[in-house]
Amino acid sequence: MSVQPRRAAETAPAPDTVRLGGVGFGYAETPDVLRDVNLILPAGSFHFLTGPSGAGKSTLLKLLTLAERPVAGSLELFGEDAGSAPRSALPAFRRRMGVVFQDFRLLDHLTAFDNAALPLRLSGAKLDSYSADVEEMLDWVGLGSKLDARPPALSGGEKQRLAIARAVVTGPELIVADEPTGSVDAVMGERLLKLFQTLNKLGTTILIASHDESLAERSGATLLRLENGRVTGGAA
Amino acid sequence: MIPGLTGRRAPILPRDAGGEPWLAAVIAVLCFLACLSAVGALAADRAAHGWARQLRAEATVQVRPRVGETGAEAAARAAETLAGVDGVEEAQAMDRKTAEALLRPWIGDAVLPDLPLPFLVTVRLDRDAPASPVSLSRALASAGVDATVDDHSLWRREVERSAGLITVLAAAAFLLTAGAAGAAVAYATRAGMAAQGALIETLSLNGASDGRIAGLFQMRYGLLAAGAGAAGALAAMLVTAFVRFLGGAEGVTPALPVTWSDALILSPCPLLAATVALVAARFAALARLKGRG
Ligand SMILES: Nc1ncnc2c1ncn2[C@@H]1O[C@H](COP(=O)(O)OP(=O)(O)OP(=O)(O)O)[C@@H](O)[C@H]1O
Ligand SMILES: [Mg+2]
Repeated sequence: MSVQPRRAAETAPAPDTVRLGGVGFGYAETPDVLRDVNLILPAGSFHFLTGPSGAGKSTLLKLLTLAERPVAGSLELFGEDAGSAPRSALPAFRRRMGVVFQDFRLLDHLTAFDNAALPLRLSGAKLDSYSADVEEMLDWVGLGSKLDARPPALSGGEKQRLAIARAVVTGPELIVADEPTGSVDAVMGERLLKLFQTLNKLGTTILIASHDESLAERSGATLLRLENGRVTGGAA
Repeated sequence: MIPGLTGRRAPILPRDAGGEPWLAAVIAVLCFLACLSAVGALAADRAAHGWARQLRAEATVQVRPRVGETGAEAAARAAETLAGVDGVEEAQAMDRKTAEALLRPWIGDAVLPDLPLPFLVTVRLDRDAPASPVSLSRALASAGVDATVDDHSLWRREVERSAGLITVLAAAAFLLTAGAAGAAVAYATRAGMAAQGALIETLSLNGASDGRIAGLFQMRYGLLAAGAGAAGALAAMLVTAFVRFLGGAEGVTPALPVTWSDALILSPCPLLAATVALVAARFAALARLKGRG
């Protein structure tokens, strides 16, 4: 595959990709979703985050993507403080990660190709420079024949795969995926797991939130469990 | 598969992000009005300058006859004296008939014959080096003519003042119109952004900076305003050309002489409209994005 993650210099030990220390967060209607989350994702690690529905997995991922900020504790990404970074610093963090949202967040007026290419385009890349990569990526997730289809014309599983293609196409250092196999069949689920494993072998740090504990066990990834506002398992 | 151009790099902002045809119509009308006020101001300014120039090239001398001299004689003597002054092209005593003709529209025929009329000399001055009222007075005094010189400066100042006032009013109207256009664009930007909240968040989460997102709205409304500005300016040009065509070189009325070149000064209108829209959209978008925290 031509998608290569950017890797830190081999000599200096890479900083942990994610460090959460005593993180607390809640919504006005649902306070204390996260109470005291301590979590470290070392560079190049592969974690699965499981936990009951409503435990706060998507909420934790929102903190990692800086869509929300912790109300307590510290959040470091790539060795830099992200929890209290100014708004103007957020794009730089986000360009180093790929995110698969539980609700996909595709743009309905753009084709599959344009959707997958969005982060490249937003970073100012020229069409010529990424056209082949985007097509290869879409081909890989089985959407090679749907380049010009728009999301409303795609099935749930196809949308999910498109969302994954968009998340990984830039070769990010960190991939955060929320239920990335929730809408696909078992065969496609295995195939997508393979994609994440391949990317992880290339050095990408990966965190997948999922109900699917059997998939998590088969993945060979470290299992984390979110319950009662706390994360158990893993390095912290 | 060969990368075709279909479906590649479509605009990130969807079409019609919020009442755009209406916004375009509003901007076009505002530009039309701004253009008309600009042409009106130009014409008024031109007319005023024309009058002022004419007034500057003329003076009127009122002669008081000496004892034993008729008014006509005194006026003739004054005219002769004045004609010899440097900077005077022509000096002519106004005969009673001419004076009556001037007054007839104001007071009618009934009392005119009995009215004592002042004895006047109209003086045409050299346009480039007009004689000063002082030199005229001095020449008359040394010739022994008792007379008062009116160089029309009172009138001229009035005309120039009204011309200045019209220019200021037109500039104010222009600025207000630009402000209204800016406000309309800012409002539309906010509405468009409210309608595209999910899109904006998706772009943001995919690494777009606030500047990049504001740029999308800026581009959209800038182009829209340029198009609408062109339409408004074109309509104003047509009206100007029509007025010029109807009225000939004088315009419809000598009070508002319109020239062909007036249509040309409207050409920067689309650029101005686009600039106002760009600035308004940028500020509105950035303010709104900042508000998202
Ligand atoms: N935007 C929001 N506003 C208010 N409350 C919210 C919001 N999003 C989530 N919640 C609440 O926060 C809690 C955690 O939700 P979250 O979506 O993080 O759970 P989850 O673990 O991802 O669940 P699932 O496995 O079903 O996706 C829930 O009780 C939910 O109702
Ligand atoms: Mg969830």
